[in-house]
Amino acid sequence: MLETLIERIRAAHDTRSPLIIQGGGSKTFYGGADEGEVLGTRKLTGIVDYQPKELVLTARAGTPLAEIEAQLAEQNQMLAFEPPHFGGGATLGGSIAAGLSGPRRPYAGAARDFVLGVRMVDGTGQPLRFGGQVIKNVAGYDVSRLMVGALGTLGLITEVSLKVLPTPAAESTLQFELDEAAAIEKMNQWAGQPLPLSATSWHAGLLSVRLSGAASAVQAAQARLGGEPVRDAAAFWLRLRDQTTPFFDIRSSTSSQSLWRLAVRPTAPPLTVSHRLGGDAQWIEWGGAVRWLISDRPAATLREAAQSAGGHATLFRGTAPHDGAFTPLAPALLAVHRKLKQRFDPRGIFNHGRLYPDF
Amino acid sequence: MLSPAFITQLRRLLPEHCVLNEREDLLPFESDGLAAYRNTPDVVVLPENEAQVTAILQLCHRHKVAVVARGAGTGLAAGALPVDGAVLLVLAKLNRIKTIDPLARTAVVEPGVRNLAISEAVAQHNLYYAPDPSSQIACSIGGNVAENSGGVHCLKYGLTVHNIQKLRAWTIDGQLLEIGNESLDAPGYDLLALLTGSEGMLAVITEVTVKLLPRPERAQVVLAAFDDVAKAGAAVGNIIAAGVIPAGLEMMDRLAIQAAEAFVHAGYPLDCEALLLCEVDGVNEEVSADIYTVRAVLEASGATEIRTADSEEQRLKFWAGRKAAFPAVGRLAPDYYCMDGTIPRAQLPHVLKRIREMSVEFGLAVANVFHAGDGNLHPLILFDANQPGELAKAEQFGGRILELCVDVGGTITGEHGVGLEKINQMCAQFATPELIRFHDVKAAFDPEKLLNPGKAVPELHRCAEWGAMHIQGGQLPHPELPRF
Repeated sequence: MLETLIERIRAAHDTRSPLIIQGGGSKTFYGGADEGEVLGTRKLTGIVDYQPKELVLTARAGTPLAEIEAQLAEQNQMLAFEPPHFGGGATLGGSIAAGLSGPRRPYAGAARDFVLGVRMVDGTGQPLRFGGQVIKNVAGYDVSRLMVGALGTLGLITEVSLKVLPTPAAESTLQFELDEAAAIEKMNQWAGQPLPLSATSWHAGLLSVRLSGAASAVQAAQARLGGEPVRDAAAFWLRLRDQTTPFFDIRSSTSSQSLWRLAVRPTAPPLTVSHRLGGDAQWIEWGGAVRWLISDRPAATLREAAQSAGGHATLFRGTAPHDGAFTPLAPALLAVHRKLKQRFDPRGIFNHGRLYPDF
Repeated sequence: MLSPAFITQLRRLLPEHCVLNEREDLLPFESDGLAAYRNTPDVVVLPENEAQVTAILQLCHRHKVAVVARGAGTGLAAGALPVDGAVLLVLAKLNRIKTIDPLARTAVVEPGVRNLAISEAVAQHNLYYAPDPSSQIACSIGGNVAENSGGVHCLKYGLTVHNIQKLRAWTIDGQLLEIGNESLDAPGYDLLALLTGSEGMLAVITEVTVKLLPRPERAQVVLAAFDDVAKAGAAVGNIIAAGVIPAGLEMMDRLAIQAAEAFVHAGYPLDCEALLLCEVDGVNEEVSADIYTVRAVLEASGATEIRTADSEEQRLKFWAGRKAAFPAVGRLAPDYYCMDGTIPRAQLPHVLKRIREMSVEFGLAVANVFHAGDGNLHPLILFDANQPGELAKAEQFGGRILELCVDVGGTITGEHGVGLEKINQMCAQFATPELIRFHDVKAAFDPEKLLNPGKAVPELHRCAEWGAMHIQGGQLPHPELPRF
């Protein structure tokens, strides 16, 4: 299977034919539109190695996330960055290429934090291997992590080694009625205290806080924080992770609305940029560091709002502006990006336009 | 050799006391923490602000003069070794903590700020900076970023790359790269990861935004003795399989235990083959639960003795022996040679057995000190450089150990970096196509190869001989610093 993919990449390189790398197709909405022939990874499957005592799992790119998570669950372990599955069928390779993480991210780390090594094929059809299966490794530049979030523009990921973690013995979710400003402050205050936080969310006047750890530790934290315990909280966090809550469904909004992801300084005060009328147009996650907005405002306005709050804005679902779904890079950074792209994929065959319009 | 005209131009950019080129002023800069590698720099510049740094870079770029950046000079791989005809750019004077934001849990610091100084400055907010390389009282955050430094707490709290969120960095041609931001991610490629651990090859850092964590409510350590290193190795895996992620999990073998005990009298049991130190931290109840689990696992794994530190004083005493292990072993022989490989933990019994066999084969003793939690092995090969052929033998032995690490799926360097020391061993770990891509990454930032030339990534034609770390007379530079 790998040989077939390599042959196709070599042929595409020779003929300068664009390719679209696709795993489960669960994140086709994410990033700019790309064009070309689909290079599918779905047949490149299988867990190559899983050593629970090493906290390391290695699997081929097309392996469904669900299969990996099931294997881990048997050993009471998990992918601590809680990768979103979205529509279902999400693969490991796609998750790493997209670099997206779920609710646990601010407290456990992002997809990139758990990547130990990758096998990949660059734009000339050359198979490469970076990093490895060990947690500490400082030999050479960290190309493995460079691949995370590159949306396939630097090469086809064929295999990934990840650090995994034990599943917490107990979890509990508490809810608090708080306005936006108070919720942001609380999330940040609590994150600065030794509390077993593992997820936070605020929407429509309700702050939800997940605690994870030893049962006794969760109980003690619960007693300290107060709030209302939530039943069926696992389903709540799953819906938030996969954006299956109606809030995220922009098809139900009027046509000009898009879902924007504003990544900001977690302590940034409530954003004043106007969005969907009715007051339920925002969902805050990640301890205040992500503000999901349903908005019809121009990209420039939202980017400016995110920038002045210390971060950046991404068009997550909807029609991408002409300069792409992601905040444009400063010229010096863009120059480095172009050079890296040129080196790893000299003929620009991979996912052209997915990350930035010109590469 | 740099021309007097160039030195004159440098002097125009900086106050007089910031440019050193008298021989006696240059000597302190001729090596970093790996003193076996020495080279007197042509000139040392000590800028006091970012504008001076960029002016130096632009001047060097214009004249095609190479630049070697250096922080506190505690590195152990000759990464900051001066290069002939290059400017040694010492960033130690950029040592201001610019801002601390306790609510957002970040601090913005200049590269010359010492690692420990960050934790000290934020202690009043009950926060700290997690990565704790053993040289943390002296090493600077800029150097930590350059080396992706770790420490005893890596398994749970990660390396530098996991604990920073923004960099101000300058390319050799004086372009500012603002990498990362105040949120938890950034658009585009993960250049933050690419620069972390890049050993001064890609850009020069003038500002680092670090993440801060709340201080754990409690930390407690368990000490366990084993009559067999394989059993101790298995116990490490069993602790992790039981769902505990220790804050620190360290192992010492018989020779290391005895040396440490003789040196600092930590009260270690001496009639054992291996010693484990397992520290757990976090909220009070979590620590209680974990200590209970850890003790049960250690017992089931065949520990001959288990002690739990029941006071902070005792906790520090348990650690004192481990922290003094390097200088303690240094007293056993005139010289020692320290390796820094990482292996998958399951390979530990096999690797230790092979090291013992090789020890007999080479006729040189080895003490093993091991960050068992994250698989980072520090075998210390004892030898006497005054005996003809012993140094060569030690180097050969060390090389074989690193090959063994690569063979079992590990790496040649877990935390010390490649620098100049292990540049040849990179050839064992990476094949030509990967090395070409490393050079491509370099070229994307520094096509003229002016930053730290000759370090970290070997030229393809150079993949030939092995490097080695050799400590003269059992003495490291900065002997006052713990090394573990």
